[in-house]
Amino acid sequence: MTYLAKPKLHHPGLDKNERGYTRRDYEGAISTLCAGCGHDSISAAIIQACFELDLPPHRIAKLSGIGCSSKTPTYFLGSSHGFNSVHGRMPSVLTGANLANRDLIYLGVSGDGDSASIGFGQFAHSLRRGVNMVYVVENNGVYGLTKGQFSATADKGSKSKKGAINTDAPIDLVGMALQLGATFIARGFSGDKAQLVPLLKAALLHRGAAFLDIISPCVAFNNHVGSTKSYDYVREHNEAVNRLDFVSPRSEIMADYEPGSVEEVVLHDGNAIRLRKLHTDYDPHDRIGAMNYLQERQAAGEVVTGLLYLDTEPDELHAHLGTVATPFNQLGESELCPGSAALQRFNASLR
Amino acid sequence: MPSDAPARINDFVIKFSNVNGSGSASANTLFAKSIMRMGVPVSPRNIFPSNIQGLPTWYEVRVCEAGYLGRRGGVDFMVAMNPQTWDKDLAEIEPGGYLFYDSSKPLPKSRFRDDVHTIGMPLTQICNRTYSDPRERQLFKNIIYVGALSAMLGMDLAEVEKLIGEQYKGKERLLEPNIKALHMGRDYALEHLPRIDLAVRRADAVGEKIFLEGNSAAALGAVYGGATVAAWYPITPSSSLAEAFARHCKRLRHDPESGKARYAIVQAEDELASIGMVIGAGWNGARAFTATSGPGISLMQEFIGLAYFAEIPAVIFNVQRGGPSTGMPTRTQQADITACAYASHGDTKHVLLLPEDPKECFEMGAQAFDLADRLQTPIFVMLDLDIGMNERLCEPLAWDDSHRYDRGKVMTSEELEAGKDFGRYLDVDGDGIAYRTYPGTHPTRGAYFTRGTTKDRYARYSETGPDYVDNVQRLLRKLETAKELVPAPHLRPAKRATRTGVIYYGSTSPAMHEALDQLEAQGLDLDALRVRAFPFSDDVSEFIADHDRLFVVEQNRDAQLRSLLVNECVIDPARLVPILHFDGTPITARFIAGEIGQQMKAMNVMPLRKVVQ
Repeated sequence: MTYLAKPKLHHPGLDKNERGYTRRDYEGAISTLCAGCGHDSISAAIIQACFELDLPPHRIAKLSGIGCSSKTPTYFLGSSHGFNSVHGRMPSVLTGANLANRDLIYLGVSGDGDSASIGFGQFAHSLRRGVNMVYVVENNGVYGLTKGQFSATADKGSKSKKGAINTDAPIDLVGMALQLGATFIARGFSGDKAQLVPLLKAALLHRGAAFLDIISPCVAFNNHVGSTKSYDYVREHNEAVNRLDFVSPRSEIMADYEPGSVEEVVLHDGNAIRLRKLHTDYDPHDRIGAMNYLQERQAAGEVVTGLLYLDTEPDELHAHLGTVATPFNQLGESELCPGSAALQRFNASLR
Repeated sequence: MPSDAPARINDFVIKFSNVNGSGSASANTLFAKSIMRMGVPVSPRNIFPSNIQGLPTWYEVRVCEAGYLGRRGGVDFMVAMNPQTWDKDLAEIEPGGYLFYDSSKPLPKSRFRDDVHTIGMPLTQICNRTYSDPRERQLFKNIIYVGALSAMLGMDLAEVEKLIGEQYKGKERLLEPNIKALHMGRDYALEHLPRIDLAVRRADAVGEKIFLEGNSAAALGAVYGGATVAAWYPITPSSSLAEAFARHCKRLRHDPESGKARYAIVQAEDELASIGMVIGAGWNGARAFTATSGPGISLMQEFIGLAYFAEIPAVIFNVQRGGPSTGMPTRTQQADITACAYASHGDTKHVLLLPEDPKECFEMGAQAFDLADRLQTPIFVMLDLDIGMNERLCEPLAWDDSHRYDRGKVMTSEELEAGKDFGRYLDVDGDGIAYRTYPGTHPTRGAYFTRGTTKDRYARYSETGPDYVDNVQRLLRKLETAKELVPAPHLRPAKRATRTGVIYYGSTSPAMHEALDQLEAQGLDLDALRVRAFPFSDDVSEFIADHDRLFVVEQNRDAQLRSLLVNECVIDPARLVPILHFDGTPITARFIAGEIGQQMKAMNVMPLRKVVQ
């Protein structure tokens, strides 16, 4: 049984957000993942981000593929429709869902096995199409559900729990996303909620293809010495380029950072993110610069985290296709069926 | 060499042998359509290679005032424009038939047949004399031979000219040289070429019928059926279906005020993504389809199982070609019947619709979306290359403006608010179909988790045997419901009572009807049942029960529909005699009548008139 219902009893004194929802309203069933799994921290961050953004839970659709990460949508947003699809194919199902109703928020949850191997093609094509979504990869470098095989994001030379050394070159999904044209690209760490929650909030409000790679250690199969995706390793090698604060128009703007190290980026809906730049020369609006920086730090053995690239004027698939504003699933015969008169004209043209 | 044989008017087969990429297709279509405009039914068929330029291609036109539109077999007049296939083309001509060739270069007598009339026309010489541009020499050669044919066959030149006018409307610069080339060919033929005993005469046998490709018709069906999302990956012979959908939508599906599209077409990265998008859109309440062929169906297997088990509406147009693997990608077969009926792993059964012509491609193309929503499952519309990619004369398309889309069992926000019990997999009225909700419907009620794993009636994850059995048994009940909803079979009873029957489907239809007439003329009577869908309705079992001897005519090697009949209707296999044609060419009346005639003689079925004598 990998499903445990969570009692729906609320403490009367729980804080409510602007829409009147408590944090509990964003929760799902009790997780059945291993104790200490990084994925559970990500679920908690998603719950917090949605709560703080006042998003109506039922207007979010959560979709996933197959694997430990893809099980997590059961553990958050219990009032949202969810779709646990097939291995590596979440992006296509999400794309279709997005075409059917452009008004919902689409949260795609995948893992490194799901996105970097079997689903590498769909990962790539959904980003290059500019599907309006948040694409989260919960990246632990290992196949957890099948008990510890290397995934394609495992670093060359990293050691499996059973002692095998990975000899294949790793796929860096962030580097790929930069090349493929995603308009929001970030990397977080499940053990760093202070950085992760604002990244998720900004991604959820981004109107375009937002990609978020979250290093998420696997406590059962990839948290040992020799692994480059363990809690200790990531903490020691984390190279954060910036820290985010999320600022909604109604929040008081706090000016508590050194001038020159803070950049405020206003999003299209009036919300803003404030980047606390740890590396003052890092420019998150320079795609090519981001690629170079990423490669350079990677060569130095560092894991770069933070908001790596943001296009403040993104476009997305519906704009490319020139579709109507009304969601397709609300159109009826009068909008869709041309009727018998048009058919008679068509017949006449075929004689 | 005027023949002594009586002129064969409006009843012959003419075949054009060309090199692909030489511009012959539009000239050949012009020829066929001109005859249709004279009120004489034609059925053209492209026989083309998997190639863009330089390989042999044929265009076969059957002219038949009686209205038989199946491939007849044999050729009465060969337009031999491709030296590569000369021997094969020559061999195909019926004794007493005609060989029309480019006589610019002399050929030894040994290259011809004594029992075939030979008509040489120095096409290359004429073109080289008239045109200096190599491309013009090539293109106008085609129009010149159409001009010559129009003279030899006594066609109405005004109809040909009118069609050229329509074709080049808005491109008058091209109109004049085409008309000139047409006349050049015609004048040459009138002056130099012999009279022949084949002729086209104006008739009144076309009426209101239209001339249309099945792929275009199916795509228009998708427009009328309310499809808004199309995701596809190019594969012959289905690509033109997706392309036709784009064309129809451009004309019919833009918001008149904003100019915005009420449709989305995505050329996906592969067939897996195509069906994934269709399933995502269907899950989210839009009508969505993909168009593919056999290899694409193979790639979609896992997703098809998910859609079946998670109960998501999807429409899949399968324009069948010769398999397995790349097989014969540009030839026709009905060879994906079992692959689609039982597609995917585990226990699955799917709804198949089996259109016979473009009109049914349109009707079933639209109906598929109602069925998908009602049954919450993938619906396969099984075209094949023969009806998909060839223009076929058929009844005009019709639409009932009072028809309302059947969106199936969808629980609304109001119903949820009123406290109606929602169980995503809960069968409330015994038809095997449960209510679903669209994502985003209600703030606190009606959300559920869709998954390929087992679940209970309220969509809660489950790994228990009873939950699994309950669920898959309900899916069988749903299939029973489907039997009543899918298109019923068509019965064509014999004129005299008979205990012999024949079952057929899809593009076999016109050849079958002609064969039935031929067999009847020989005194062999058969009741004929055209199956139009799977699962089979009870009418199909009853038809089998009502006959002692049964034939099942198919265009595949393994008698796939027969297997379904044996399996699903629980029939003794010995009772169903397979009649199988699978060389990649469309089945012919000659073949069917020959095979059935022989078998009936072997079964000792005496023609009725002999018994009477």
